[in-house]
Amino acid sequence: MKLSRRNLLKTSAAAAAFAAVGLPSFAQAIDELIIAYNVNLPSWDPTVGLSAVNPTIQGLYQSVFDLFIPQNPDLSFGSGIITDYGWGEGNKTIWMDVRDGVTWHNGDPLTAEDVAWSLARVANPETGSPIQFIWGKITNIKAEGNRVTADMPEYEPTFFKWMSFLTGYVMPKKYYQEVGAEGFEAAPIGTGPYMVEKFERNAFVRLKANENYWGGAPEFKTVTVKFVTDAASRVAEVESGNSHVTLEIPYEEYNRLKDKDGLAGVAEPISDIGMIFLNDIEVMTDPNVRKAAAHAIDKQLIIDRLLSGFGVPIDTLQTPDYAAFDDSIKVAYDPELSKKLLADSGYSTDNPVKFKIQTTKGFKPKDYEMVQAIVGLWRRVGIEAEIEVYEIAKHFELRAADQLAPAAFYNWGNSVGDPTTSTGFAMFGPSPHSVWDGEATFNKILPLWGEADEAKRIAGWKEVDRSIAENAEVIPLLQYVQPIVHTAGITVVPHRSGALLPHLMTRS
Amino acid sequence: MTVFRNILIRLLTTAVTLFGVAVIVFVVIRVVPGNPIAMMLPPGATDADIARLQAQYGFDKSIFQQFMIWLSGVMQGDFGTSISTRQPVAGLVLSRLPATLELSIVALTIAMLLGGALALAGTRFRETKAEAAVDITSGMALSIPDFLWGLVLILLFGVLWPVFHISGRISPALNIDFSTNFYLFESILRLRFDVIADLVGHMFMPALALAIPLAAIIAQLLKQSLKETMHLDYVTLARTKGYGENHVITREALPNAVLPTLTLVGVQFTFLIGGTVIIERLFSYEGLGNMAIDAVINRDLPLIQGIVILFAFLFTIVNLVVDMLYVLLNPKLRHA
Repeated sequence: MKLSRRNLLKTSAAAAAFAAVGLPSFAQAIDELIIAYNVNLPSWDPTVGLSAVNPTIQGLYQSVFDLFIPQNPDLSFGSGIITDYGWGEGNKTIWMDVRDGVTWHNGDPLTAEDVAWSLARVANPETGSPIQFIWGKITNIKAEGNRVTADMPEYEPTFFKWMSFLTGYVMPKKYYQEVGAEGFEAAPIGTGPYMVEKFERNAFVRLKANENYWGGAPEFKTVTVKFVTDAASRVAEVESGNSHVTLEIPYEEYNRLKDKDGLAGVAEPISDIGMIFLNDIEVMTDPNVRKAAAHAIDKQLIIDRLLSGFGVPIDTLQTPDYAAFDDSIKVAYDPELSKKLLADSGYSTDNPVKFKIQTTKGFKPKDYEMVQAIVGLWRRVGIEAEIEVYEIAKHFELRAADQLAPAAFYNWGNSVGDPTTSTGFAMFGPSPHSVWDGEATFNKILPLWGEADEAKRIAGWKEVDRSIAENAEVIPLLQYVQPIVHTAGITVVPHRSGALLPHLMTRS
Repeated sequence: MTVFRNILIRLLTTAVTLFGVAVIVFVVIRVVPGNPIAMMLPPGATDADIARLQAQYGFDKSIFQQFMIWLSGVMQGDFGTSISTRQPVAGLVLSRLPATLELSIVALTIAMLLGGALALAGTRFRETKAEAAVDITSGMALSIPDFLWGLVLILLFGVLWPVFHISGRISPALNIDFSTNFYLFESILRLRFDVIADLVGHMFMPALALAIPLAAIIAQLLKQSLKETMHLDYVTLARTKGYGENHVITREALPNAVLPTLTLVGVQFTFLIGGTVIIERLFSYEGLGNMAIDAVINRDLPLIQGIVILFAFLFTIVNLVVDMLYVLLNPKLRHA
């Protein structure tokens, strides 16, 4: 091209306009990783209060704090702050070995005393730990050298699994005692892969890489997590290049975005499931009605039509990743069987059985639409269900009071994959999370809580699941798939727990 | 003396209004289904665990007792502690108030400029195609709610032509060490142009989304008032004196025509502040509205109370200020 004054002016004007508009960041080298996150982070203490049991923010906690025992992306248990652990003789004591050479973000060394104090703190009912019912099962917690020991008067087979779950985080004893709860909220420290550099509640958190992380320094030295709670805004964030990674967007948008130049996507099943609680009241005391309702739902059709194929149909409360998953337990889609079962109880399409089904709307992807589809499928066999939309807070209150409607849609998370934290708490009558009061299931579950023989325990839970499926005491629907969209320049490793972990992200 | 007496009476009624709001909110949020304790119940919680948690958060007492405890705290400036954030409510809401106020004031300014310009243009070119264009524009602006405008703006200026920030209030990488949370006002005072540019880049879309429907209302009302005023004798007199049409509209007609619009702007400003709840959520703007939604989702009762009381206080203050301005601008009332 001949260099002329006109061409030079044109080129300059184009360059200036381009600079003014700004290149989308996916076209540039990524120095600072920006994530558009779907929920706000209310509190920095991962062990007490409402936030501690919120599964959606555990990924943020795991970026700053270490779980006692970490979980690998496939949900297998790894070696972390606790490198080795086990039960003492007669399962009356436990022991844990603490990793050497770990430092807190302020440079203090992590000691076994930190681990012992963290356990004692959440075991104390006064601190407000929501999982005190597990941690409180150990007493006489002691730290000697790099070993922590404790007594466990009542055997709890899932104790070590809880060390990878909600509230199972190591907290800094000396620092926390120095600064107190408020000081900790203002300037939290952990031993995790990232340090909190700046936090604006409801806006963002800026994280700085912990170069001394025992698991190796993360690749991205600075990570900004923007709290973008609106799904449409998250789509715009990643599409415009303002953010490099986002999650929990509509599946249609996921399919559109992952095919765009400069963007990529990963969608893997996570440990969350969708299910319908059946409360054994009113017509749900009739096994024929329950079974008819279960057999009338074509789960694969719902997944294909409403969730663009993103979902895995399930027939028990266990996903294929869980310890007690048994793929021989099936609840087939069989509308003719449903009609026959209903006819046996005197119902038909002309004389349908009637009950209410409750659901959230927008709390999980297509929750209301799924229930609408299910109600449509039910109508074909002789079930007339009235939909009531409620907020998730109301669901919790009704469930705790055993006042849910005969059917209620809900999602359940169980990243440690133990059957106690899925079937156990969802179906054991006395649990505040269960609305099933049937004595047969209660009696089957009761001896499994303290079963010391692990193989026998898991086999026992499989039998419980089989019995529950045969009697249609709950209707499991699907295992959710988590859509993550990111710029093509990075690799995102999804975690089956659903936690989005920046330290697992690398440059492609 | 009359003005002062009126202000005093208004302040007293404000206090009564706030007390009434506090009572209603306190009772209503405890009566509606969904309590925070149920949301944090562990799977194995026993009745004793539930009772312990309820006692810990003070929900084991009657609503009247809870209210009296809360009220005595409020009298000492303590609005309680947020359940979800575990921070003092007063600190939380006051730290977010500046963001919402700045957004609302910028939106109001944009609305007045846009609405005023449309009204003046519609009056200047009345009974022509230009007036019809003004009417159509304001009609369209009014018929689309603010959150839809927000989505349109995100698509236009966030995705198709990405010149503005889609979310947040300020860039995380920007280091500011301000003494207040009124970032925009303080950055103007400190002449921190980098901060001003960043804040405007974040605020433009949410403020415009809030402003567009209000601008339409202002345009319609002000144009109507102006058109009515244009037929009055003193305006005709001005014309016969040889003043140009622009002078007649802006200098003669506008001062009188603006009074009803001012009252409307005051009333609408309170609605505009209310509208920030959805818009702040859409743009992840760290104001009171965004916090309010989280508080409701988490059933964070102390935080909901604090935010509602503050909103109610803002509304009453805005109305008071508008009334006072009206008195100051209207000579008839001033000398009444």
